[in-house]
Order: sequence, then C-alpha cells, then structure tokens
Amino acid sequence: MSCCGPVPDVGEADELARLVSSKLAAFLNTLRESGFAVGLAEGRDAAALMTSGYVAKPGLLRSAFKHLFSARKSDWERFDGIFDAFWLGKRVRSRSTTIGSAKAANNPSLKGMPGNRTEPRTGGDTTTDQVPSADGADADRGGQGRMEGASRADNLAEVDFRKLADPEQIEEAHAAAARLAQTMRTRLTRRDLARRRGYRLDLRRTIHSNISHGGVPISLVRRRRKEKPLRLVVLLDASGSMSMYTGVFLRFIHGVLDEFREAEAFLFHTRLAHVSDAMKEKDAARALDRLSIMAQGAGGGTKIGESLQTFNRWHAARVIHSRTCVMIVSDGYETGDAALLGREMAALGRRCRRIVWLNPMMAWEGYAPEAAGIKAALPHIDLYAPANTLKSLTALEPYLAKL
Amino acid sequence: MNNREQIAQALATSGYIADSELATAISLMQLLKRPLLLEGEAGVGKTEVAKALASVHATELIRLQCYEGLDQSAALYEWNYQRQLLSIQAHRGDNPDAVEDQIFSEKYLLERPLLAAIRRDKPPVLLIDEIDRADDEFEAFLLELLSDFQVSIPELGTVSATTIPHVVLTSNGTRELSDALRRRCLYHYVDYPDADREARIIMARIDGASASLSLQIARMVENIRKEELRKVPGVAETLDWAAALVGLDVRDLHDAPETVHETLMCLLKTHEDKARMGREVTERLLGKVA
Repeated sequence: MSCCGPVPDVGEADELARLVSSKLAAFLNTLRESGFAVGLAEGRDAAALMTSGYVAKPGLLRSAFKHLFSARKSDWERFDGIFDAFWLGKRVRSRSTTIGSAKAANNPSLKGMPGNRTEPRTGGDTTTDQVPSADGADADRGGQGRMEGASRADNLAEVDFRKLADPEQIEEAHAAAARLAQTMRTRLTRRDLARRRGYRLDLRRTIHSNISHGGVPISLVRRRRKEKPLRLVVLLDASGSMSMYTGVFLRFIHGVLDEFREAEAFLFHTRLAHVSDAMKEKDAARALDRLSIMAQGAGGGTKIGESLQTFNRWHAARVIHSRTCVMIVSDGYETGDAALLGREMAALGRRCRRIVWLNPMMAWEGYAPEAAGIKAALPHIDLYAPANTLKSLTALEPYLAKL
Repeated sequence: MNNREQIAQALATSGYIADSELATAISLMQLLKRPLLLEGEAGVGKTEVAKALASVHATELIRLQCYEGLDQSAALYEWNYQRQLLSIQAHRGDNPDAVEDQIFSEKYLLERPLLAAIRRDKPPVLLIDEIDRADDEFEAFLLELLSDFQVSIPELGTVSATTIPHVVLTSNGTRELSDALRRRCLYHYVDYPDADREARIIMARIDGASASLSLQIARMVENIRKEELRKVPGVAETLDWAAALVGLDVRDLHDAPETVHETLMCLLKTHEDKARMGREVTERLLGKVA
C-alpha cells in the first residue's frame, strides 16, 4: 500500500493487510451474491491490483475492478453502483419504481449486506424464492413459510389484479405470482419424470447388452422415448392498456423462466424486444427493473401484428420447435392492421405446438372478443383463457402439463 | 507501457480515440496477463481496438475470424498434405522411418493463427474475432489454450509458447459465452461513443472534416440512434457518412439538407429503416442539431 503516508511498522502493516484483505473478501462475497461469477483467481488478481497503485484513486480502482469482475453486459452496467455502495457507502439507487417491490425504499444499502445475508442456495433446493424483498418476507420463507404463502395467496386468488390498489397487496400478488410460477415449474418437471418410469422392456437391446452374460438377462434395458423438453415462449403485451397487469405477469414470467428447462420471453408494445436475458437475472427486482425500462412503450398503441411479424421473421426459427407452447398475454387491442395479425397468427400456428392466449379482460363483465385484433387472432388460438386473477393462472397448469 | 495516460496517448496517435476505461483495461491486460473480452453492438469499433493495440505495441496483429464449424485445423495447425505426398513420392525406396520423421517435421507444418501467435519472437496481438460464432467445443478448446499457452501436436510433441500474446476477444452476443471463458477474461463493454468522442473520431479518421462539421455529424448520428431503427448505425457507418459528406463538399449540414437526406443510405442499412427516416424526420433531427 504505497498511498498510506508514513510507512507503518511491521505489526501495523500486517494488521492493515489483514483488514484490507477481509474487506476485499467481503466485497467479493457481495459481488457473488449479486450474481457475479467471481472465482479465486479473480480474488488473487484483485489483491494484486490493490498493492499496485490502483488504490490511489477510487475511480481508478473501480474501473480496474469493473474490468476484472464483470463478465457480461448486465454486470458491467450495475458494477459501479455496487462498488460505490460497498466502498464509498453510498446508498444504491432505489430500485424499480413501476413494477418491482413496493418496499423498494427500504432496501438496505449493500454495505449492510454481508451481515444479514440469506442462506446460500443449495443444489437441489427448488423452493428457493427469488423475491428479494426487504425484512419480514425473508423470515417466513423457510420451512412452513411456503404453507403460509399459499394461505395468504388464497385471499388474493380471486381478486382482479387491477383492483389491487394498496402497494402491500400488489407486492403480495407479485410474490404469489412468482411462487405460483415456481410450483408450476416443479410440478411439470415431476410429472414428466413420473411418466417416464414404467416404460416397457426393450427386448432386443436387453438381449444384446447381456451377450456377455451368455444371454442371461441380468441388466434390463427399457424402452425410452427420446423427448425434447417442453419449451415455453411467452410474448407479453406491455402496452398502456395492459399496464395494470404487466407487473404481475412480468413477475409470473420471471418465475417461470427462471430455471424452467427451456423458455424464452419477449415483450412487445409497438415493437418486439427479446427479454430472456434480462429475465434470467436471478434477482427478481433487478430483472424487473431492467424490464420496466424496456416495457415503457414508445408512444401509445399496440402493434401485435407487426410484433408477431418481427417474431416470426427473426426469432421463430431459433426459439420454436415442434414442442413449443407459445403463450401470448395481451388484451388484443390492435392499433395496427388486424389482417396482418391474422396472417401472422396463422404462420405462428403452423410452427408451434400450441398457442395460448391469455386475456386479462376476458373476465370483465360484458366483455366479448369484438376488438378487430382478437377477432382476427381467435381462429388460430388453441386455448383462450382469462388471466386476471391468480386462480385463473393456476388453472393453466394442467393444460401446460399435457403438452 | 503500463501507464494509463501513456496508453491513451498512444491509442490516440494510432487513430483510436478511446474512453478512459479502455486505457485501464489495456493496462490491466498487461498487469494481470489476462485476455480482454470486448462486447458491444456491431460497428462500435471492437475490432479496431485490437488493431490500435497492435500499433501501440508496434507489433503484429494476428487475427482469427471465428465462424460456425471452425475447427482446430483451421485455427491451430495443419499438415501440408500436398507437400508430404510429394515428399513421399520423391523418397520412394528410402528408409520408411526416416521418411516419416521427415514429413512430420516443422517444415511440413502449416501454422494457423493460434499456433502462429504463440511462436513469435515479439508478443503479437491475437484478435479472436466474433468468438460467439464459433461452437461450444471450440470455445472449450480455446479456454485450454488461453490458460496453458501450449499446444500438443501428436506427431511432433508439445509446442510451448515462446511468447504470450496479447489476446483480444470480441463478441456480438449472438450466443451466450460460457462462464468459464468470461471469467478468464477482463471484460469491457464497448458502447456507442458520445457525440464529443464520435466527433473526435471523425476528425482523426476523415481528412478534411472540420471540427464543426464533425460535431454536427456526430450529433446527428446520436439523434438517429435514438430513433426506433432495426439496425442502429455504428461508428463505421458514421465514418462512411462523414467521408461521403466531405467528399460531396458539404461544409455545414444545415446548408445541404437534401444531400444530408440522400446520403443517409450510408447509415441506414435496411429498407424498413430507410422508410422510417422520411424527409420530414431528417429535417426534424437536423433541427435538433445546433
């Protein structure tokens, strides 16, 4: 440490080095918790950097660390905030105003994080909730926390999302949507496994593989169907008319995408955006934060047809295979060309296995699918369902499991 | 050459106007001996960084362009089969062992970029361009090479690096790179330059571009990038456009709105974008440019 004024005696130097390295270790932990892939080698290099004159100016050290620890654009963009919060004690810019956690303002500054860290995720633990809300919520998550969550969800299950006014309630609905997505995911997976058991014997292979035993069938080979896993592609309408629902759906989709075997997500308003990467962000609030920026429609209107055209033209070949379910979440108010929407829906229908259209407005009293857009799309839809409450979302699960 | 200011200066003299963080990245490359991974939109000048780096170090630039199906024989080494065959023909009747030893010697080895990069006398800059286009397998292989800097050739033995090259990798993000590779590298995200820096880039690269015109062009491009375009113009396109305007003798964008609109083809590369940037849009954007 060349910048520390008078040279301290040996004992002090040791003490200082120990302090610095423990602080550095805490910083590395903070980074890991924020999803950075930081290994031992990086830690070693960081320590080397701290002794090589880069500490002279915080800005310089930050820039150096940024290059060292970032591995992708998302890391790159949020590194400065984390660094400042940790080393300079600035509070993190309050997250997510539109969609994310209602308690954003209570977010503890990252400086406090190493102290009240949550338990690290263990390998097979699928129940881990990714919702990083402040205080309280963490506590009722372990053990019977899930039970409580379910019962809490009951109160909300049948309330239309748009009637949720209280930020607390909205936050609860968001969390419930995320939980729902997760249980759906695990149950889908389990069903898949259960069915795979009990396949019939494959005699030919059994005999062949037991030649070495003189034909005595010791090890049995069962017939297996090679299955491509189900893939879910979600297209979410983020236009103004859907604004009351976007938040909950984003949270739901984040839950579904997170570790769902294969899933892709797109947002559209007047144009289409591929958001899987943002959605794969482990921290839900951060993911939503990123998305809320993308979700802000440029001007009014929803160009479903055009967005679908873009999707068919640029993404479909890559993300759709024969076992793909496309889930469109939209109110069907097309401000563009309805005929185009019809054509593109037909094209999409030819490519994928099923098209599910979720329309939150469907459950409104006196709603009939009269908007030109939805009329044009209806003939190509396999399942047209309301999705304005948690209950109606749950009702989808058996359908998805059947695919 | 470890000082950041020196590096920024040297980059500038070689015609690359870097932001301050890039200079840090390059000094770290030397300090930590790690490769540098550059990500960013197409056309923001990722490849140029490597070229500039080569001229800063006054060394050779060895470039490996990745593509789907790129394999070791195209990236690392290959035997010169024709020559080997000829040699076998010429030495027919000789001791077979001697012939075999001969045809699997250095003389018959074709160096491909990766092998070439570790066998130079002076450390070259090794540019591995668009690594995201190569397959996963190749990425894994590259990872191994980048950590050991040695290559084993079954017929010849292990070739260790005589020198460790400065490695620059670029990616457009068409495929997610493995975490292992990302972790090994220093990361730098190359963004579109701000108007000021872009103006300086134009001045450095285009002869005859005045300061005021360069700034106008840079501001105009900045505005165009904010429009909803399918293909956002990169720095390379800006330079094309600036060259076109200078070539057409435009001194001030406001004097020649017609020319400006007509030369937008340098920036807009799809039919859709061209249609979106109608005459009135051009004029509106031109109005915003002071």
